Amino acid sequence: MDKIETIQIIDGNQAAALGAKLSRVQVIAAYPITPQTPVTEALSEFVERGELDAQYVAVESEHSALAVCTSASIVGARAFTATSSHGLAYMHEMLHWAAGTRLPLVLACVNRAIGAPWNVQNDQQDSISQRDTGWIQIYARNNQEILDSVIQAYRIAEKVYIPVMVCYDGYILSHTEMPVSVPTQKDVDKFLPKYKPHTILDPKNPKNYNLVTLANPRLNAENVLCHGYMEIRYLLQEALQNSRETIIEAGNEFGKLLGRNYGLLWKDNMDDADIAIVAMGSLALEAIVASDMLREEGYKTGVVGLRVFRPFPGREIAEVLRGARTIAVFDKNISYGLEGATCSEIKSALYGSGVNAVIRNFIVGLGGRNVAARELADAVKKSLSPSADNTLNKECPEWICYI
Amino acid sequence: MTINAVNLPEKEYVLPGNRLCPGCALSLAYRHILKALDGQVVVTVPASCLTVLHGMYPVTAVTVPCVNTPFATTGASASGLVAGLKALGRKDLTVLAIAGDGGTHDIGIQALSGAAERQTDFIYICYDNEGYMNTGNQRSGSTPLGAISGTTPILGKQQNQKNITAIMEAHNIPYIATVNACYPLDLYEKVKKAKSVQGTRFMHVFTPCPPGWRFPFSDTIRIGQLAVETGWVILYEIEGGKFRLTSASESIARKGNLKPLREYLSQQGRFKNLTEDQINELQEMVNARWQLFLKRATNS
Repeated sequence: MDKIETIQIIDGNQAAALGAKLSRVQVIAAYPITPQTPVTEALSEFVERGELDAQYVAVESEHSALAVCTSASIVGARAFTATSSHGLAYMHEMLHWAAGTRLPLVLACVNRAIGAPWNVQNDQQDSISQRDTGWIQIYARNNQEILDSVIQAYRIAEKVYIPVMVCYDGYILSHTEMPVSVPTQKDVDKFLPKYKPHTILDPKNPKNYNLVTLANPRLNAENVLCHGYMEIRYLLQEALQNSRETIIEAGNEFGKLLGRNYGLLWKDNMDDADIAIVAMGSLALEAIVASDMLREEGYKTGVVGLRVFRPFPGREIAEVLRGARTIAVFDKNISYGLEGATCSEIKSALYGSGVNAVIRNFIVGLGGRNVAARELADAVKKSLSPSADNTLNKECPEWICYI
Repeated sequence: MTINAVNLPEKEYVLPGNRLCPGCALSLAYRHILKALDGQVVVTVPASCLTVLHGMYPVTAVTVPCVNTPFATTGASASGLVAGLKALGRKDLTVLAIAGDGGTHDIGIQALSGAAERQTDFIYICYDNEGYMNTGNQRSGSTPLGAISGTTPILGKQQNQKNITAIMEAHNIPYIATVNACYPLDLYEKVKKAKSVQGTRFMHVFTPCPPGWRFPFSDTIRIGQLAVETGWVILYEIEGGKFRLTSASESIARKGNLKPLREYLSQQGRFKNLTEDQINELQEMVNARWQLFLKRATNS
């Protein structure tokens, strides 16, 4: 084993698989789907070569993949799965079940458009559609962030007992090679202690997990009043809200040990910016190129990249956007009938914060439609023009497409 | 040692006073299944009547560890338990998956088939009450021809049952057994045998359902026995590919005293609208199956 961190030229899927391997996952269950497939192949290879001491369960569906992980996690094993698009949609029921059981699973979601019609290219509709399932959602900008976030995800999940979805853009990251610093196993072991399960499977101390639970609190056999369904739901919400501290702590601790700090969001050139561009995932890197173009033209632009979408970092967003007069939010998803999901969240976060900026929402890059920095820059400029009210509908998002 | 009513282990894993209907054969079956496994199990259960038996949080009627799981996932949940126990080096527990016929023949068949194809080391028990009884008796893939249910309310079901045991046999698994809750000692012996085998073990348990099948609560055992005596249910084992008739079915085969199916059908309200043609069709089906099984028993 390498003694020092090495730089490897790898794609996003390899980064995710390496992250899982370095996290010493014990059970992997996954079903192949484009563009996630290489993750499943890489992990099976690690296991078959004996480089990773884990059970690889080659399931017959994504629904089963997450069911395997859920039950393995109840036993106390560290479990991992990866999927995309229709696979994630097929897992929907189990996503709720895993979060409801408070299991620290980690799922790599390789973001892909969802049908109909068929499309295997990138957008973020798949994971955004699962935002209300009670999972923490982290979006990576590049392959380094994929690897680092998978490792951090276990530390976060196992502290707050909430599953974590690490999302990264299909093809743009999953199939694009770039240099990635791969930490040593020793360093990762220092960062990520062994999992201490909160579930017990023991005939001497039998527990029955996820029994039918009534809405109201109910007495147990010892006459102790126990939570009803509603209290159990409240505790999940409370834990998810509070997980922000754990995510920040894990990001800082990772920085101390491995030199790369992580937070809930990141910013570029925001100090004097009065125009803010907000985006998530690799799109935020394209936004930096657009912002730099605009800077050259004399605009005071900056970029805010959302790393964590759940729990939504509302306070931090309001803080970082306090100097903005115009906010352009680019979404690779659409909440049909309203607007892009991140735009809605940002508007909600700014309510009552004193920030009174013009907020424009642009839907871009669906189904792998190319997003050029020039287009993003033009969209920002369009938001600024005095006649913006005539050319852009404030109520509805603007689509950067041919209609 | 042959098990009998006297030397059956006294320890109970199903506490008295569960929430199942009076006369429910599942209660009887589950009690003996857990006895046969000495309670050294982790049970995984999908939505089903067994969920009702298990009770409501924070009170449960069973004293074994249990993992409830969504309807379609029983086989996958068991696979996860097996993988997790293996990963942690725990060899103390048998993984037992129990689902109804809806959870096995219909919504759970994919996960079950996947788990069996992967030769997952667990026992899968399908308790078959021939319909979606937990939701108030709707037609399932196991509801018999002509039976009235909530979704076949007037004409009765127009199709025959799915043969789940044959489907499982096609997976080349090491142990298959059919049992009947009304023959608890035979059930006990077969579960014990299943425990001693490695790999995927499938058991089909016939569990008469008084409210769903419309017969008096007091008649469960009689109905269950009539099912075997008329050949509606055949008790057998397929161990390492070798077929044999067992217990009551083996004895009927020896004596050649199969009763007419009408005796079984006429006791149940769900069959009250059967036409003479349907009764004949069912009798012919039972006859053909019985002959086939007799031949199999002779050949192996």
